[in-house]
Amino acid sequence: MEPKKKILVTGAAGALAKKVIEQLKKEYKIIAVDFRTKVDLGIPVESYKVDFNKRIFEDIFREHEFDGIIHLGRISAQELNRFTRYNANVTGTRKLLDLARKYNVPKVLVLSTYFVYGASAYNPSLLDELTPLKASELTMDLVDSVELENLCNIYLYKHPELNITILRPCNIAGPGVRNTFSKLLSEKRSPVLWGFSPLMQFIHIDDMRDAICLAFEKNIRGVYNIAPDDYISLQDAIKAAGAKTIPIPSIPPSLTESISKYLQWKSFPPYLINYFKYPVIIDGRLFAKTFGFKPKKSLQDIFTYYKSLK
Amino acid sequence: MTNKTNTSIFSKIFKDTSIEEHLNVFPNKIGSHGYDAWGFNIKNIRNNMRFVKYLYENYFKVEVSGLENIPKEGRCLLIANHSGQLPFDGLLIGYALVTNPHGARVPKAMIERFLPSVPFIGNWLNSIGAVIGDPVNCERMLDNEEAIVVFPEGVRGSNKLYKHRYQLQRFGTGFMHLAMQHQAPIIPVGIVGMEETIRSYADIKPLAKILGMPVAPLVLPYIFPSKVYIHFGEPLYFKNDVYKDSDINIRVETVKKAIHNLVQIGLTDRNAYYATKK
Repeated sequence: MEPKKKILVTGAAGALAKKVIEQLKKEYKIIAVDFRTKVDLGIPVESYKVDFNKRIFEDIFREHEFDGIIHLGRISAQELNRFTRYNANVTGTRKLLDLARKYNVPKVLVLSTYFVYGASAYNPSLLDELTPLKASELTMDLVDSVELENLCNIYLYKHPELNITILRPCNIAGPGVRNTFSKLLSEKRSPVLWGFSPLMQFIHIDDMRDAICLAFEKNIRGVYNIAPDDYISLQDAIKAAGAKTIPIPSIPPSLTESISKYLQWKSFPPYLINYFKYPVIIDGRLFAKTFGFKPKKSLQDIFTYYKSLK
Repeated sequence: MTNKTNTSIFSKIFKDTSIEEHLNVFPNKIGSHGYDAWGFNIKNIRNNMRFVKYLYENYFKVEVSGLENIPKEGRCLLIANHSGQLPFDGLLIGYALVTNPHGARVPKAMIERFLPSVPFIGNWLNSIGAVIGDPVNCERMLDNEEAIVVFPEGVRGSNKLYKHRYQLQRFGTGFMHLAMQHQAPIIPVGIVGMEETIRSYADIKPLAKILGMPVAPLVLPYIFPSKVYIHFGEPLYFKNDVYKDSDINIRVETVKKAIHNLVQIGLTDRNAYYATKK
């Protein structure tokens, strides 16, 4: 019997990574790493707490001959300070990609986010993958997300042997997800901006898991948006999830920012204020067509889940 | 007496369900919660069209001709003259399309880029089919086989002074590039009567600068119930076979001339300035 192929999965403490590991562990030998904590994922998953920027990280590559990397690990803008985050997310990813080259890893999948496009009043709808990434123009707190993407893009074209796939999903929601917009759906009262209800896209965590596994296994290098072709305004989504809205003054913008800084709500961070105002609708057709992907869960499935929590 | 009138307007707007018949044959592609990718919402258009119906039938008493020229399906650009300070002309064209007995179309309209940043107004406009005037949006919607209303004069037309009424301003050329590249027929539309609804006597430029708006018109705070005439012209087709700006401009002038002619027909034919009770 042939030994199982080995995959390195980063960000193992996250809900999405756990789902991906669960899905792939029958087929592959999984080595899970996380910057924050050593995650117990049960036998046979080997798990490490490791800083990508430390030399010890290379030992994992020396010990295991990886057949692929699924890079889901990211320190979000609400965790740690900007400098540490930049080091972990951007410099750490560079280290990871350099090690992938050194140890001839044949495929790398990187999870990005639709935030990189930036929420601007001038955004057309259905942004495709060639749209410039303008998030860093809006806030310094998203600079690391954009830089990480740019870095991966450079490696994608300079080192085709890594077969890098970059995925830019819309809002991921569902059990265990702790990002800002899923938090808004899970709370009983959620802040919204007075007079603004941007159009949004949501993908269920199970569908996102399937998308990652599909993209990893089929491995067609490139950059792909992932989003269903179904839309809902933020305020309608909050209501559909059984929550009430708390309107926050939207003009003048400086007042909104002061309120956000003062409240320090995780569901209303200052760096995402523009995403509460303007839509960032992405076009997921390229991924759907290239990989034959169709989400199984509907928007209603997502909202029914959040409603059931209340 | 006043109470009676108020009740009457209220019931005309909110209790009128006849618009539902038209929206039941709704042609656009929408998602599970009634939205499309540009924020258009079927529930909102139902509610809003009741209000527009009142404006169309009772306030401006619109007379329309040439509805048969609008394709029943497939992509098309409706190019119209712009006037009246506020975008009522877009709403009235929209209502004419939704209720077209020859085949309902739910229109999209390209709007000024600053509008999405205005609280409430931006979302409201999106929900009834208005989309920021980015060529990418227009291209995608044409690919989606939609009917799109474009006012190539932009604010130059809508916010011109009353003394310049019915003088077509400079047309942008973007619509012609899109029509040619996406092989979309152009339906010229001439609107008469909107110029008299809100009359601008001056543009207070320093105030516009302070407010960050394109214009700050000096107007009387009243919307005159001017009678409105809308003429839809015959479709114009342009092959994608010229590339120089000068050649494109000649084609834009052809469309402008067609709209000018429709406006002149409206001005000659109009038999009432005010939409008084019949």
